Amino acid sequence: MQNLVVSIRLGFFLALRQVRRGNKWTTALIIFVMMLTFLNLVVVRGVLVGLLQGSTNVYKSGYAGDVILTNLSKKSYIENSPSIIKTIETLPWVEAYSYRYVEGGEVEVNYKTRVRLDDDANSAAASIVGINPDLEDGLTHISEKLVEGRYLTRDDSDGILIGANLLRKYLDIDVPNLTLLENVEIGDRVRMTIGENRKEFTVLGFLQSKVDQIDFRVFVLDTTLRNIIGRGDFNVDEIAISLKPGTDPYIVKNALIRSGVDEYARVQTWDESLPKFLLDIQNTFGLLGNVVGSIGLAVASITIFIVIFINAITRRKYIGILKGIGIKSSAIEIAYIIQAIFYAAIGILIGLVILYGFLVPFIDAHPIPFPFSDGILVAEIPNTLLRAALLMIATLIAGYIPAKIVVQQNTLDSILGR
Amino acid sequence: MSVMIKAEKIVKSYQSGGSELVVLRGLDFSAERGEFVAITGRSGSGKSTLLYQLGLLDHPNSGHINIDGVDILKLNNEERTDFRLKELGYVFQDYALLPELTSLENVALPFLMQGMTKAQAAGRATEALARVGLASKTSNLPSQLSGGEQQRVSIARAISHSPKIIFADEPTANLDSETAAIVIKTFLELHREGQTIVMVTHEEEYARQTDRIITLSDGIITSDTRLKAQ
Repeated sequence: MQNLVVSIRLGFFLALRQVRRGNKWTTALIIFVMMLTFLNLVVVRGVLVGLLQGSTNVYKSGYAGDVILTNLSKKSYIENSPSIIKTIETLPWVEAYSYRYVEGGEVEVNYKTRVRLDDDANSAAASIVGINPDLEDGLTHISEKLVEGRYLTRDDSDGILIGANLLRKYLDIDVPNLTLLENVEIGDRVRMTIGENRKEFTVLGFLQSKVDQIDFRVFVLDTTLRNIIGRGDFNVDEIAISLKPGTDPYIVKNALIRSGVDEYARVQTWDESLPKFLLDIQNTFGLLGNVVGSIGLAVASITIFIVIFINAITRRKYIGILKGIGIKSSAIEIAYIIQAIFYAAIGILIGLVILYGFLVPFIDAHPIPFPFSDGILVAEIPNTLLRAALLMIATLIAGYIPAKIVVQQNTLDSILGR
Repeated sequence: MSVMIKAEKIVKSYQSGGSELVVLRGLDFSAERGEFVAITGRSGSGKSTLLYQLGLLDHPNSGHINIDGVDILKLNNEERTDFRLKELGYVFQDYALLPELTSLENVALPFLMQGMTKAQAAGRATEALARVGLASKTSNLPSQLSGGEQQRVSIARAISHSPKIIFADEPTANLDSETAAIVIKTFLELHREGQTIVMVTHEEEYARQTDRIITLSDGIITSDTRLKAQ
């Protein structure tokens, strides 16, 4: 035990001086490589996961809020909605909420100019959503998603907002079973058909958000849609709730369930309500991120191995001298392990500063514009620290092996350079 | 005088290009405590190889080596390292100093390995450096010292822990005559204090200043001349 303590002390002594008095450029280069290795380990996975995280984030902020109520599977709307809304308004954690009427329907553009029955209709099937514009904007800031035109007001009883994915000008791809509206401009008149009911609207604006629940929907006033579908009982189809910062959505979900809301509506936190395909992709990307991370770790280990091996090989003569004058192999090995740990620790430290001081805030402020989401960089602190710890362990092993190989060589051969 | 080194029937050979090159051919050697022995011979005669066997830096193929009553060929690797650390000192032709360590640190290294504190090790190293006339160069790196100074640091490292024997392999080979004379003078001073020294040299002038000259040729001792009575 005492020998080990002495070896560690001497290992520190040698490592410190080798780092301090060795070639500064070499040290800087090794640390730079370690930093890149660490960033590669964290950022590649972070971007992959962030791609989906960006998607789920906009799903939450642009549609579901923190908690969302939808109709029970055997019901076509949320019964007892006015009473549920009153309950929601009394909950202390609620910051904003919005209710929505949702019906399947069709929007047609050329209904006035289409003269023959076999003329192609310029129409698209869509979810028609009736909203209270103030409540909806307070919850999802939907007005900020306008790419053309203006937002709904309480007076726009025949105004309509159309999601960009229903418009050829914004989604210029051919998707089977998806017809898009062509040549629609702000101010144009369109006709909405829901079942047997029809009503003309004036196009007020186009919405684009990378949230399907906005981009594939059209929005009209709640009062207008209620009249069209004859929903005189004021029962709605969705109620989304956003909570005060720091509130656990499960607290509110449980409070609603305790109030008996679950008898009339399906109560879900935003993440529970994520579409299954999104969860599947999220899991796949997480797995992919781990695979990439594992490869990154292997590459990191090999990099450290090579760096320490070259360092030890070029210093073989001095290792021989140390052994020659009676320095224990363990002390020499520890010196190289400490050097490896030093390089990794400084590289990781600089990497952390770059990651949390620059990359994460920068990408948060300027998300990477992928077609289906605004990708952010996900670097949760526990996950990052785990990767840093894994890198340190890999460094320990990858630093020890080459040192051991060189130290085990014949002392005299090392001294004489044979 | 008691025997410090006794080597018998030392054989050392190397594999060279598929054939065996025998360097030491059943050589016998002994040195007494406090003796200053010079080993000379032509290049390739086996003098350095003999020094490495005696100094535990290499293993002979066969034979026996006894240092101060210890059969060193029976020691395991760890014991050999420990023996080198505590009982032997080395001076190499090319000084063999660690470039990142100051003179003081180079000399203090064996003390640190022996478990001394930094302060204790520094104290002993300073004494050793003062003894070779380098008290003012303790914080210099090897690159900031002349060849002669580097060799004296190397000697300071070799003597600092009061070893039983100092092995010196061509210690003056890389030095000019003036500096070489200083190094030899240092060895002679140590010898006067009772230090056992085995020095390989090809320079007759310096060999003549020792107690005894052993000449090697083709791996055997061809002459053993005592210059001074013990």
